[in-house]
Amino acid sequence: MSERSERPGQLGAGNPSPLWEVFVRARRGLSHTHVGSLHAPDAELALRNARDLYTRRQEGVSIWVVPAGAITASSPDEKDAFFDPAADKVYRHPTFYEVPDGVAHL
Amino acid sequence: MYGNDFSAPDDAPGGGLLGEVEAAEAALREAAARARRGGPAPGEDLAAYFTEVIDADQKIEPRDWMPEAYRKTLIRQIAQHAHSEIIGMQPEGNWISRAPSLKRKAILLAKVQDEAGHGLYLYAAAETLGISRDELVELLLGGRQKYSSIFNYPTLTWADVGAIGWLVDGAAIVNQVPLCRCSYGPYARAMIRVCKEESFHQRQGYEILHTLAHGTPGQKAMAQDAIDRWWYPSLAMFGPPDGDSTHSAQSMAWKIKRFSNDELRQRFVDMCVQQAEILGLTLPDPDLRWNDERQAYDYTQPDYDELMQVIKGNGPCNRQRMEHRRAAHAEGAWVREAAAAYAAKRAEQKEKVAA
Repeated sequence: MSERSERPGQLGAGNPSPLWEVFVRARRGLSHTHVGSLHAPDAELALRNARDLYTRRQEGVSIWVVPAGAITASSPDEKDAFFDPAADKVYRHPTFYEVPDGVAHL
Repeated sequence: MYGNDFSAPDDAPGGGLLGEVEAAEAALREAAARARRGGPAPGEDLAAYFTEVIDADQKIEPRDWMPEAYRKTLIRQIAQHAHSEIIGMQPEGNWISRAPSLKRKAILLAKVQDEAGHGLYLYAAAETLGISRDELVELLLGGRQKYSSIFNYPTLTWADVGAIGWLVDGAAIVNQVPLCRCSYGPYARAMIRVCKEESFHQRQGYEILHTLAHGTPGQKAMAQDAIDRWWYPSLAMFGPPDGDSTHSAQSMAWKIKRFSNDELRQRFVDMCVQQAEILGLTLPDPDLRWNDERQAYDYTQPDYDELMQVIKGNGPCNRQRMEHRRAAHAEGAWVREAAAAYAAKRAEQKEKVAA
């Protein structure tokens, strides 16, 4: 249902019904969340099918469909290096800074 | 309520099987939060890394390294699960046009729509393992992959729709709830979604039987007859006894399966006895009785020779189900082509406008 962008041939000629990834936003104010994927010949049908498949029980108010081939995923092999939260850059966190006693609203 | 695999299921919201699903969902989020270290270090033994992830109750994700046999067994299991959902639309679909009231008909339609959805979730989960849905459908149509034996039994009366909901979907839930904790992430997530919906199916089936059992003597007899015919095939859904189950040991070691076939079958029997009492109907097993020592019900095993025959393709409806599925695929070919041609034309027009 995700991380599959490396697989060739999901979109394009020869595949009558390419794969689409589906994102649903549950309510206003929340972000779209990946809920799954489906096959459909074009974006309009993907949207309709996603409506039927993933929002039968009031799961959402907004749907995005994206051709799976358009997604590039990071590789788990590079997890450490790629997502290094920069332990050496602790100054990125507000808690790094000492606030003098008595300062309000900071 | 059942199983030592679940944390505090009694306190879980919803309780019962639905509570277990929610507990599994919570555990899934917890496992995600309990971040394991990154990917394997360069030169590290991948197999050891894989085992470490499984042992830590973390999920294997599509782009993680996995043993080829793990990938193959998952493709087989998930695909056959998906096929079952799709073929499973037929026995119930048989009664859509003949449902006894508009309400029952609308509910049955919604249920069959859910089954289609379950098939799609599962095909999507299988596809993350590097096989396409079209290939899987070809395997099904070519008779090279199976679907659940249960759907090779006919639906002879309206009460069968109730029996399928209560017993067949009930057995499916007992089987699927532990799969919500399967080590393969996409499968576990699909099962959580499926189980929540399956719970509606089981309850609506139970309600149908309850209504019939408290109706006219004729209706009650029809409900009893349906249970008599579906009880043993439902027990057989859990697969061969532990001694004869080919894939079990390895699947348990990989945490794909969490309980053995016989454990789940016992759990199902123990649930059904009490539910049947409330229906006022009997389970067709004269040897069914409480065993105080085991704290479980003793019951008669289903006929496993019959199960093997059905799996081999010699059940009552195997041919009919496959013929129907093949005909739908063949007769729908021109529609799929039309949709693809239309999509291509639209894409071309868009390009022209953009140029």
